[in-house]
Parts: sequence; structure tokens; C-alpha cells
Amino acid sequence: MLILWSIIVVVPMLWTLMTSFKTTREIFASPFSLPAEWNFDNYVSAWTEYDIGGMFLNTVLVVGSALIIVMVLGAMCAYVLARFTFPGSKAIYYLMLAGLTFPIFLAIVPLFFILRNMGLLNTLPGLTLTYVAFALPFTVFFLFAFFKGLPDEIQEAAYVDGAGEWRTFFQVMLPMAKPGMASVAIFNFLGLWNQFLLPIALNTDKSKYVLSQGMASFASSAGYAVNFGALFAAVIITITPVLIVYVIFQRQLQGSVSQGTMK
Amino acid sequence: MVVFLGLPLAIFIIFVISPFVQAAYYSLTDWSGFSQTMNFIGVQNYIKLFQDGQFLTAMGNNIFLAIVVPLITLSLALLFATLITVGGPSHGQTRGLQGSSFYRVVSFFPYVIPGIIIGLMWAQIFGPEGLINGFLQMFGLDMFESFPWLGDERTAMAVSVFVIIWGFVGFYMVLFIASIKGIPGEIFEAVRLDGAGRFRTAISITIPLIRDNIQTAYIYVGIMALDAFVYMAALNPNGGPANSTLVMSQYLFEMAFSQGKFGYASSMGVVLAVITLIFAAIVFTVNRLAGGKDDGGRR
Repeated sequence: MLILWSIIVVVPMLWTLMTSFKTTREIFASPFSLPAEWNFDNYVSAWTEYDIGGMFLNTVLVVGSALIIVMVLGAMCAYVLARFTFPGSKAIYYLMLAGLTFPIFLAIVPLFFILRNMGLLNTLPGLTLTYVAFALPFTVFFLFAFFKGLPDEIQEAAYVDGAGEWRTFFQVMLPMAKPGMASVAIFNFLGLWNQFLLPIALNTDKSKYVLSQGMASFASSAGYAVNFGALFAAVIITITPVLIVYVIFQRQLQGSVSQGTMK
Repeated sequence: MVVFLGLPLAIFIIFVISPFVQAAYYSLTDWSGFSQTMNFIGVQNYIKLFQDGQFLTAMGNNIFLAIVVPLITLSLALLFATLITVGGPSHGQTRGLQGSSFYRVVSFFPYVIPGIIIGLMWAQIFGPEGLINGFLQMFGLDMFESFPWLGDERTAMAVSVFVIIWGFVGFYMVLFIASIKGIPGEIFEAVRLDGAGRFRTAISITIPLIRDNIQTAYIYVGIMALDAFVYMAALNPNGGPANSTLVMSQYLFEMAFSQGKFGYASSMGVVLAVITLIFAAIVFTVNRLAGGKDDGGRR
């Protein structure tokens, strides 16, 4: 069973890899034949002609900055909610819970106009900000449990030693939450890298495309006029970095899966 | 402290909560998005929605997905997780099959691949000149010479279900492995001494003990299946042959951004949200009912 499943997982990927070296004519000739020559033409044309390079850069920019912002804001928010009780703190917590359960689809139409009114439609900062907003509830929930578990004494000791609230948080509490932060960061990274709906609705300027939407438009742009070799090459370009990161960090990642959902 | 909480909260309210509230209001208007006029028309959008054949088809497809996808995904994930953790030789210490860590790593691969890429990759594999047809021809099945799996009403949905499951099994497998490992090993030893086989162990020990994890997973997969946008958009952007793979999210998107019927689209969003909540409630209830019975049996 497991062997069969591994084959079902691996073979399509290997096939995609092999096909990415073929010319379009070879692709249509036979699905199994090896490419006549192993050249990187498809990769070159995907990267330059179809601007995979530019989209790659956009994706890295948006996902990178959204990830940093959401981790900092999420940690601050979770910290306050977990360690201080004040009127309305429960209400805020439940509001976040609501944000996690409702489908993004319900929000997408008004979101379009909110961004337009702010002049952020079709801009990378606009997209980043939306990413942050929608990754926030998950981040807060996960870290909430984490901050809740930290001992009170340390926070008190920091106050006694004269650290202000900012210093207590950034120099004492945040470093202690490191393992939790790492898990959430991995999840958020995958989630944001794979985000598809938000960019196609809110980011329709071709020069600002991120990879996921670029791939979709690439595949559907011209039906059979699609340069399939380049499409397969683009697929490989998109998944290789993630797979490499995965293979290196797979232990942490699988650890964080269990940690993240056992709560 | 005010800054700590205020800034994230402001972003959250502006970009997440306020759109939800606005959508609920828009769904009661005839707004087209770019026009100045926005008339309050009450529940007319909803009435229209339930007379709209295309929407009902999409809703049916979604409900089908929400039933079938979690069932198959989680059964496979449980099976694989069981094999990897306790499926090993039936003598000696309880452990998994040989090479189980390799399977674990490989099975998780699809989860790190973006959904859109999964869709595009499989769209080619199931394409007329794709890998699947090549394979079938190798076995002499020539009628599959250029069979359009995704272009045929009879197979499009099944293929889509397969692709979604392919993308998700690994993640839940890893999740279940973690929860099975949380069960004390002595329990498995004890059952084995009592003479229970592997299947019996899985049914009467493993599943009841990790029932809450299964419930959470069921809700996650179900919500994902109710969305399914990214996979369907990659496999069949226009809803497939005779709308056989059209899902609500695709229809909503088209109404909103291609046809400018924003009020109407918002009412679909509300329906989708309501169905999601109902789905979660059903899973909770079923689990509680099943759980109650089980507890009684164990005593």
C-alpha cells in the first residue's frame, strides 16, 4: 500500500521533471519517451519570456514581508491576550476565532473595494497587508496557547529588574516563545506561498503577479498555443525551492504539524 | 500595551471583520459594484439564488466534495498512519513497517507543493496526451488514445476528487502518526497479548483513542472541500464539461469579477459561510453521538 502510494506521489513529479526538458513536439509524440537532448531552453524561456523570474521576486517580497509583519504583530497580540486580562479581552479572542472560521470568499468582494478606496489595489503593499490580516487569526491562536504556558515569574522578574513593557516582551518573553514561533512561521510560509485567491482578486496588474497566479494565467492564456515545455519548466522552478527547503527542514515541519494541531 | 494590541487588531478589523459584515449587507442589495445606486432589496438575491440552476449544480458539487473528500482522504491517511506506526511484524515490539520514515517524508511532499501547481501538473497528466493515457495504452487499452479525462462529464469530477486527495493525504497522515504515537505503547502490547489482529486493533483501539483528532481533521478537510477553488480553477477553469466540476466559489468569483454582480455574489458568500458552519456543526454532533455510544460500550 505504502509503496503504491509513494509511486503515485513520486512518478508524476518525475514525469513533470522529464517533460520539462522536452520540446512541445516531443511532448505530444509520446508521454514516455526521453527528451532527444537534455537542454535548458524551456527553463530559459520560462524565466525570461514568461517572466517567472519577476514573479518569483514579487512572491518572495510579498510573502517575506507579510511573514515578518504577521509574526511580530501576531506575537504581540497573542502575548497581550494571553497574559493580561482586561474588559473585552475575551471578546477580542472570540472575534479572532470568527475570523478563522468564515471563508475568505465571503470577504473577497468588499475587500476589493476597501483596497481600492485606500489606493492599495494592485499594489504589492496592499497584497502584503491583506496576507497579514488573514494570517493573523491563526498566528494569534497558536501563539496564544504558547504564551499562556510561559511561567509568570519570569515576566515579574523582568519588571522588577526595571524592564519596560517593550523590553520585557522583545528581550525576555519573545525569545522564550521561539519554538512556537518557528512552527507558526513554517505554516504561515507555506500558506502564504500557496495563496491563490487573494492575488487573483486583488492583484490584477501583470507586472505585479505572484507565482501562483502567474502559473494559472500562463496555463490558461492561450489554450493549445501554450508552450508546454516552458510550462513544465515553470512548474519545476516553482516547486524546487520549496521541496529543497522541505527536505532540509522536514523533521521540524512534521514536528510542527503535530504540535500545531494537537492543542 | 495599547500599541501591542491596537495595531494588529486594527488591521484585522479593517481587512477581515469589516469585509465579512459588509458582505452580509451587500447580499441584501442589487449593487453591481461600480454603479452609484445600491438599492436595498431584502432577500431577493437569496430567492434568485435558489432558482439559479447553475448555482444549485455548484452547491451540489460542493456538498458531494464535502462528503466524499474527507472520507477518502482521512481513511487513507489513517490506514497509512497505522501501517507506519503499528503495522510492523506481529511479534516483538510494536512498531511500523520497514522504511516507514521514507514513506512519511515522501507522502508529505504534495503538501508543500502549491495547490495551483498540483492542479496544473495533474491537468497535464490526465490530458489527452498525458501520462495516464500513455500508461493505459501500454496495457493495450487503445480506446484511451487521447481520452480527455477532464473534458468528459463522466470522469471530470472523479479525477478532480483524486487530485485533491493526492494533495492532502500526506498532511493528515503525519498528523495521525503524531496522535497515534501519543497513545501509550503498553495499550498496543496489551491488545496484542489478548490476541487482537491488526485490523481489530485499529478499529477498536486506535480510532476511538484519537477520535478528537479525527474530528478536527474532518472539519479542516471539509472546509477545504467546500472551497476547492484553487484545484478546480487549475483543473477546469470554466467549471468543467456541463458544469460537472463547478463549485460555489468559482461561480461566486465569476459573478463578482467578470459580471459585476457584487450583491448577488455576496449572497453566495453568505450561503457558503452558512453551509460551512452547518457542516462543522454536523461533524461535532456526529462525533458526540458516536462518542456517547462508545463510552457506554467501554465501561
